[in-house]
Amino acid sequence: MNKVLALLKRYALFFVLLIVYAGLFVKTPEIGQTAMGITLKNVKEMLIVVPPIFLLLGLLDIWVERDTMMKYMGENSGIIGVVLAFLLGSMAAGPLYGSFPLAAMLLKKGSKFSNVYILLGAWSTTKIPLIMFEASSMGLEFMLVRLALNLVGIVAIALIIDKVLSKEEKAEIIEKAADL
Amino acid sequence: MTWVFYLFTGVAFLASLLKSKEKTKKAMIKAWRAFENILPQFSAILLLIGIMLAGLTPQQISSLLGDQAGFWGVLLAIALGAITLMPGFVAFPLAAALLQNGAGTMQIAAFISSLMMVGIITMPMEIQYFGRKGAFLRNGLALVFSLIVAVVMGVVFR
Repeated sequence: MNKVLALLKRYALFFVLLIVYAGLFVKTPEIGQTAMGITLKNVKEMLIVVPPIFLLLGLLDIWVERDTMMKYMGENSGIIGVVLAFLLGSMAAGPLYGSFPLAAMLLKKGSKFSNVYILLGAWSTTKIPLIMFEASSMGLEFMLVRLALNLVGIVAIALIIDKVLSKEEKAEIIEKAADL
Repeated sequence: MTWVFYLFTGVAFLASLLKSKEKTKKAMIKAWRAFENILPQFSAILLLIGIMLAGLTPQQISSLLGDQAGFWGVLLAIALGAITLMPGFVAFPLAAALLQNGAGTMQIAAFISSLMMVGIITMPMEIQYFGRKGAFLRNGLALVFSLIVAVVMGVVFR
């Protein structure tokens, strides 16, 4: 019984939203159907994108030593860490939420905060297939100007967050990542 | 392009399997646990996306952005981008069509930029990993940055 209760509590928001869905279907079947369609499409996308991300995360955790990660993406990794973060993020696939668990794993392994935020930034806007697609639909110039702005913006955002978060706040985030 | 990620992970998985079955099993358990850990937020977000976007389809976004000009148009574009979630291969053709139909570069750049960098719907998940302050900071800064991108793009492509 306690187990069921704990499960209900963990998924409380999910169940509340299910009830909202049911309400939508009863009151406005059309909107309910549209909503269901969108959700199903996203579930499909998730099923395609998410498995390799979590498997990679597991492999990283088991095989990559903390020292190795520190060396390449840690406090003293310098420009190598920045470049690696950009490359990792730009090679990724799928929506930004996919990057959160992977980013947390990097933090756990000793990567620098700013590098992890650069990875998030790159994942969101400089993904290679995405910018190629942008060039073809918006024009090369549009893509290049935006890319140049993004490269600067991503680094700036990462550095600002790194500065603003206190040591304690960072420690808390890393601790959360540790029991991932 | 997802296949590159699959290939990369697949090769890593095989290498791991060859080196140690035991450790690979551990990695898989880890992967499942990490996924199960976030599943409550994740499943809720998937439902939320449907409910929110049922009222904000690409057609509606284009009718909203199509005739909104000026500074308010830019702000509206940023807001729409922040609360919606769509893959690039839907967003860019939509943006290109809007441009051809007379929408401003500034508004379109604002929409694209905030669509990609800001994620209001997925914030519960982001908070789970990066804490409240971290998540609000990143999304807030990304909002401001989208405005900067919009202004610069507006000036460059006048």
